[in-house]
Amino acid sequence: MSRVVVDVMLKPELLDPQGQALVKALDRLGYTGVTSVRQGKRFELEVEGAVDDAVLARVRDAADTLLANPVIEDFTVRAEVG
Amino acid sequence: MPARVGVVTFPGSLDDADARRAVRLADAEPVRLWHADDDLRGVDAVVLPGGFSYGDYLRCGAIARYAPVMTRLIDGASRGLPVLGICNGFQVLCEAHLLPGALVRNDHQHFVCRDQRLRIESTDTAWTSAYEPGQEIVVPLKNGEGGFVADAATLDRLEGERLVVARYLEVNPNGSARDIAGVRNEAGNVVGLMPHPEHAVEELTGPSTDGLPFFTSVLRSLVGAA
Repeated sequence: MSRVVVDVMLKPELLDPQGQALVKALDRLGYTGVTSVRQGKRFELEVEGAVDDAVLARVRDAADTLLANPVIEDFTVRAEVG
Repeated sequence: MPARVGVVTFPGSLDDADARRAVRLADAEPVRLWHADDDLRGVDAVVLPGGFSYGDYLRCGAIARYAPVMTRLIDGASRGLPVLGICNGFQVLCEAHLLPGALVRNDHQHFVCRDQRLRIESTDTAWTSAYEPGQEIVVPLKNGEGGFVADAATLDRLEGERLVVARYLEVNPNGSARDIAGVRNEAGNVVGLMPHPEHAVEELTGPSTDGLPFFTSVLRSLVGAA
């Protein structure tokens, strides 16, 4: 079994209300100096066999179809080493 | 024979009964459709109701968009079947790319529930022809992820091609871009709306009966098409 990781982030031009709430909360807790937080999603896909380009392409397609909404989100796909 | 308007129930739908009631009050026959069925039962139009389809685990409407009934609906919509998505239904239609843009978490992060004033901006759709252009209405609104967003080019196109169906007045309740409360496709058969017209069809239970014309409009459009 191998693992492919898909990270999904809201596009930078879109407001992330959750991240904004976290900035305020961090400041309240004394973690000052944080000017921005953006909250994303991480998906870990366990796949059969080794991760080659074909597997990555297939996961990229899955991410584009379901895991992310390309209208509002960017995503990256990578094999997890180790 | 009255027109038959299907209302899809997803696991988590909660406004499907209200939508069927609104259809009945508009003198059409409501038809229950189940999300897992690969069949639209020959209906003349479809309402995707509000609620929380599949719990919206991933993004609102993202998984529901791949329900078997949606395959038929997307096919029908491309051939002119009138489809109205309300709240979660609007989110499902955006996820299905039948409508542009997307709905994101409210900018103030709170669930909002209020009687909302709207202006009907587009009356040449299957679902708004019974309104006067520019008519102001009040219908309930309740959502946590109701902020309509799209890139600037898409927003400009929506404005330029007059694809904005309804706009928020007085208060923008969720941070929607350009106060957009609802949009349509180019053909005008597919409309998505974040507020809930199906909750404003009777004096006893709603703030007005301003929502009923959404449901009488579609009957007019069906008669016109027949």
